[in-house]
Amino acid sequence: MSLLTLSQVTKRYDATVALSDVSLNVTEGERVALLGHNGAGKSTLIKIVLGLVAHDSGDVSVVHAPPGSLAAREATSYLPENVAFHPSLTGLEQIRYYLRLRKQNPSGANALLERVGLQDAATRRIGTYSKGMRQRVGLAQALIGHPQLMVLDEPTSGLDPVSRREFYAILDELAGRGTAVLLSSHALTEVEARTDRIAILSRGELVANDTLAGLRRRAALPIQLQIAARPDTADKVAHRLSGRRLNGTRVDVTCQHADKLERLSEIAQLGDLIDDLEIVPPSLEDLYAHFSRGGASP
Amino acid sequence: MNRTIAVSTSEFLISARNRWVTISIVMMALFALVLSAAGSAPTGDLGADKLSITVASLTSLAVYLVPLVALLMSFDAVAGEIERGTLALALAYPVSRSEILAGKLLAHLGILGLAIFVGYSIAAFAAFALDDEAATGLPALVRLFWTSLLLGAVFLGIGYAVSAITRRPGSAAGVAIALWLVLIVLYDIGLLAAVVADSGGTFTQSVFPWLLVANPADAFRLYNLSASEATAAAGGIAGAANAIPPYLALASLVIWPVAAFTLAAAAFRRVTL
Repeated sequence: MSLLTLSQVTKRYDATVALSDVSLNVTEGERVALLGHNGAGKSTLIKIVLGLVAHDSGDVSVVHAPPGSLAAREATSYLPENVAFHPSLTGLEQIRYYLRLRKQNPSGANALLERVGLQDAATRRIGTYSKGMRQRVGLAQALIGHPQLMVLDEPTSGLDPVSRREFYAILDELAGRGTAVLLSSHALTEVEARTDRIAILSRGELVANDTLAGLRRRAALPIQLQIAARPDTADKVAHRLSGRRLNGTRVDVTCQHADKLERLSEIAQLGDLIDDLEIVPPSLEDLYAHFSRGGASP
Repeated sequence: MNRTIAVSTSEFLISARNRWVTISIVMMALFALVLSAAGSAPTGDLGADKLSITVASLTSLAVYLVPLVALLMSFDAVAGEIERGTLALALAYPVSRSEILAGKLLAHLGILGLAIFVGYSIAAFAAFALDDEAATGLPALVRLFWTSLLLGAVFLGIGYAVSAITRRPGSAAGVAIALWLVLIVLYDIGLLAAVVADSGGTFTQSVFPWLLVANPADAFRLYNLSASEATAAAGGIAGAANAIPPYLALASLVIWPVAAFTLAAAAFRRVTL
């Protein structure tokens, strides 16, 4: 069941086209990463979903309701980019406030703060928090009331690797319970392939919308096979495979995805000439650059 | 309603932390003390009790101070949230913009009420200490209290509207102070100049009273003075107070807060992020 549906959504700011004919959906329990450079249209898309900005044409349905309607807001939680809170309030007071706004019992605030690892700072003012801690308060408020749809804008920026892993663990748990998650990021490496699908925006257009494996297939970027030859066989290996010798023992061969198995069997036939073999798929950066340059159509 | 109360609880907490509660109470208390000290001198043969005279002085004080404190508390309400980046998240919550604004109004009005109550109580105690007949003036003091709240509500609403329209705290503060100057100070001076130039003509007879009632601060002054025993002690525009029925001034004081809040809510609805 699709909890977020955008079909052919277009938004213009005067002469600038922020979103052009974008269609995207997120179903129950699905985690979709929305990628794009700054200015690609991610923020506009998120604001349209939240009802903070009106779209010019196309249809948007947020948990079966119009964006920004009370029903949509009740079912949706949001973590803004660089989330900010009033510095005079403590983490506990802030979360109690958000609980009340969602008509939940404010006594649940401690449990939420504990869940994001802030129990020790709960009674300190948010003004004294680090960026990562504020981000955790933001995550805690987004967890209130088991939302059906979660919209997270650059949620992992400012988090250290350990916190990022904890963050994704919480996300996995939510998705397991059926929450649809849309999270934006400016880098593919940030989402750590912990999402089910990746949508890439480039200059307001959706240029990719697929699983990571699907993106790799479609991009058809060459795969690198790094072969470690024995000291005296490197030349021979390079010659037989028509590869490139890098140093005394290393030979590199690049191939397309479709040729991968064939090349591997060629390498395997060399038998004793080979010491080791490493297969290096195109990096996430390569992949992202390929699509965000507009290298493919959806 | 629950959401409005949630907003107002949070706002009250923030105002308390920002010392706004303390600042406004100390300000009102200080002025009340100064007035009481000044008013403790023998007043001659005014025929009014001490408290009624104090109420007249407090009216002249409140007409400047209450709008000022209200504007200072409210100019940041929307613009500050935009600047801090806290508004987008609040608007994503299932709470309407009017509920947010109403919550802020409730909190700010509460703080203002507290400050006014403390200030007026000090003045009342001083009057009671000096005059056994002071109890006669109590109804006037009670009336002054709730009309002060209405006056405060007007300027809180105006402050929110300014905040939502300018969207920047710096501009909002500037516009708020300019409005205070125009509505509270210059408006009266302008009217006075017009009346002097007109020297009892049509303007003074038929236009001037309505212009007085149209201004919430003047309506506040008129209503309190016309209902007061100590009109003579107030001077200034007191003469005009007799020309206008008190219910008109009261109507102005009731309509203004509603109008100001409606304007603020409309301006807030137009804010996009």
